[in-house]
Amino acid sequence: MTENRPFSNAKLGVLILLGAETMLFVGLIGAFLVFRMGNVTWPPLSHVDIRLPNLLTGFNTLGLIISGFTMFLALRAVQQDRIKQLRILLMITGVLGLLFLVVQGREWVQLIGKGLTLQSGIYGGIFYVLIGCHAVHVLGAVIWLAIIIGMAVTGKFSSVRYTGVETCTIYWIYVVALWPILYVLVYLA
Amino acid sequence: MQENENMSHEHDNDEHHDHAHDDNDTIEHTHEHDDDEHHAHAHHEEGFIRKYIFSLDHKMIGKQFLIYGLIMLFVGGGLALLFRWQLAYPETPELEGGKPAKAAKPLPIIGPSQKYIDDGEVVTRADKMWERIFDSDKAEFLEVNMPSGFIEPHFYNMLFTMHATIMVFFVVVPILVGAFGNFLIPLMIGTRDMAFPVLNMLSFWLAVLAAVVMAAGFFVPGGHASAGWTGYAPLSVDPQWTGVNWGLNLWAISLLIQGFSSLVGSINYITTIINMRAPGMTWLRLPLVIWSLFIVAILLLLAFPVLSSALALLIFDRLAGTTFFTSTAEGGGSALLWQHLFWFFGHPEVYILILPGMGIASELVAVFSRKPIFGYRSMVYAMIAIAFLGWVVWGHHMFQSGMRPGMGAFFMTTTMLIAVPSAIKTFNWLGTMFRGSIRFTTPMLHAIAFVSMFVIGGLSGIYMANTPVDVYIHDTYYIVAHIHYVVFGGSLFAIFGGIIFWFPKMYGRYMNDTLSKIHFWLTFIAFNCTFFPMHILGVGGHMRRISNPMQYEYLQTFEGMNLFITMSAFTLGFVQLILVFNFVWSIYRGKVAEKNPWNVNTLEWEAPTPVPHGNFAQIPNVYRGPYEYSVPGEESDFIPQAQPEHAPASAGD
Repeated sequence: MTENRPFSNAKLGVLILLGAETMLFVGLIGAFLVFRMGNVTWPPLSHVDIRLPNLLTGFNTLGLIISGFTMFLALRAVQQDRIKQLRILLMITGVLGLLFLVVQGREWVQLIGKGLTLQSGIYGGIFYVLIGCHAVHVLGAVIWLAIIIGMAVTGKFSSVRYTGVETCTIYWIYVVALWPILYVLVYLA
Repeated sequence: MQENENMSHEHDNDEHHDHAHDDNDTIEHTHEHDDDEHHAHAHHEEGFIRKYIFSLDHKMIGKQFLIYGLIMLFVGGGLALLFRWQLAYPETPELEGGKPAKAAKPLPIIGPSQKYIDDGEVVTRADKMWERIFDSDKAEFLEVNMPSGFIEPHFYNMLFTMHATIMVFFVVVPILVGAFGNFLIPLMIGTRDMAFPVLNMLSFWLAVLAAVVMAAGFFVPGGHASAGWTGYAPLSVDPQWTGVNWGLNLWAISLLIQGFSSLVGSINYITTIINMRAPGMTWLRLPLVIWSLFIVAILLLLAFPVLSSALALLIFDRLAGTTFFTSTAEGGGSALLWQHLFWFFGHPEVYILILPGMGIASELVAVFSRKPIFGYRSMVYAMIAIAFLGWVVWGHHMFQSGMRPGMGAFFMTTTMLIAVPSAIKTFNWLGTMFRGSIRFTTPMLHAIAFVSMFVIGGLSGIYMANTPVDVYIHDTYYIVAHIHYVVFGGSLFAIFGGIIFWFPKMYGRYMNDTLSKIHFWLTFIAFNCTFFPMHILGVGGHMRRISNPMQYEYLQTFEGMNLFITMSAFTLGFVQLILVFNFVWSIYRGKVAEKNPWNVNTLEWEAPTPVPHGNFAQIPNVYRGPYEYSVPGEESDFIPQAQPEHAPASAGD
């Protein structure tokens, strides 16, 4: 412990957690690919009339990516002791994250209205489970971020104390980076 | 208890050894200490709840995991004895060319007397019990599952399913990883505690929650999961096929909870080992058991989430009406997908079960041969190789699932490749023992048993890796023999050896050696009598997971062998009571142990015994590798890692 460790315990812990998260998604994406390859047509014939809202989700994707960028800027801000900017950037990130969830929620309501449900074959099933699993992660990240915003507002962070912001940033950016993969796989491919 | 109370007040010495505290581990008492405020002390006292129940101390959590695992070992073993009874005394129907018909024999103790079975005459207390059970309107547990002491086929399915589930997820992993990992990692790398003590506690209590949920499954209507521990779809998907509804849901939920427990635990282990090693404790000075636990933590971290994803899909199938694992004509899922996901987790899991055993055996073999471990680096690389290959062999569990022969050949090759690192390890253990001054202490006997039984289990594994051979022996008792040689003959012997070896550090006392030796020899003999004949059963075509083999004429010849196996299994089960008695007795009455009773180099023996809160008075500096035994020209035959000066070229390095 006299030597300098490249990562603090908290940072390392979060990075290791991401390994497990990745494998969780590997399992689900693997299942998706098995269904995708196992069916001659995709969506399967029973769902030919279902169109996933590619364009709207595309904008949503863009919003999420921007939130990853603002989160990164927030980390830079706290490292340089610009606490006021930190608060603003964190809040923008949080709003973008919430917006993503709200848009996706509306999408789901519309899709269910069109008849794409969890029970309607594997097409609906894997869509809701895979996308839902990611949404749960976004929700978790938003809750985590809310706690961080609370701490930022009460002045818990400075240029020498920002582990909370850093770990949250790592997780946030992971969740953001995961999304384009799912978007391409599920919506576009 | 009074003593305990008193001691907590006169407590400000860091070197202070308080036996009474560790001795009272398993005893419930309700005293609330009033010294919770003393947080300023480096080694402060905590109340009973904080010290024994919701403890943050890695040593206590390790002991908790150990007790938890031992309790579950008896639960899992008890289930096995129940179905072994059924296999020994099944009903023999009259078959062409077979043996004469014979009635089944009810279970001992709870089974009714023959008189009661024949003419309903109440003779024994068990008869009385059955009279009451049959008279009551409620569908009681015994009546549903083993009416008159005969195990129903559906209950038999439940028994073998839960035997395997409990042994894999609630015994071997909690003891090897939970108990030894928690106890040993901070001590052996020279730090005061785990990186995340609160997560550590969470890991244990999640495991307890998982065990409670799992146990509850026995008592829900329809009974517990009975689709095998592998839970193959579509059998596991639809309640109508096994008659099990909430049992299987609880099984899946419990394993999900256990997954969280493992996740939290492995994050903790990896972070601790990477970040908190004592000064001078370089990667290649780590004891092999720590290497094994590090690799296993990575495997657990990466493997378990895959099972979690499969379990989540299964739960959706069962509760939300999706069809992921049922193949329907259109837009349907894939039953085979379950097998892929399960074994993608399952095969790394197999190495999770054995690698820490290998680590423990390496420590014991080196210490008691009084020689440096032969080929330290190759030991490390072999473990890494095994861990890596473990990811690309899952298909060998699925040779009979209709996979393309080309794929079969791939998985056959990768599986056989694993024999190479395994053999490296085996020869290194032999090389370590070769011309050593071997001390045949009980831990060493267990370590030698580990090596030899692991070789038998490993060799039978190579047979099964051959696709053409596997066509013949798959799903037979040959597989059962193999897994038990590896997991009982391997992991459990390592666990027993490890418990006896580290007991003096855990509880400050030795375990009674005579009892340990009796336990070892009886276990070793009974183990081989139980599982070796299963190879023969398997080659003879005796399928596993069948409640009454006597219904096949060609299996009736195995009646005697099945009886022999059951007798051995009961012996094996009862012999373990010696261990438990010895364990509990020694905590209170065992011979008091000195600081380093086995003359070992590694850091845990530098800490005072019993190890205080915070482990070391001062964090030790590490000057050498862990296996410098019998260094030529040295007076002592061991040089502790923390001993400075005159360091000859490190043999283990």
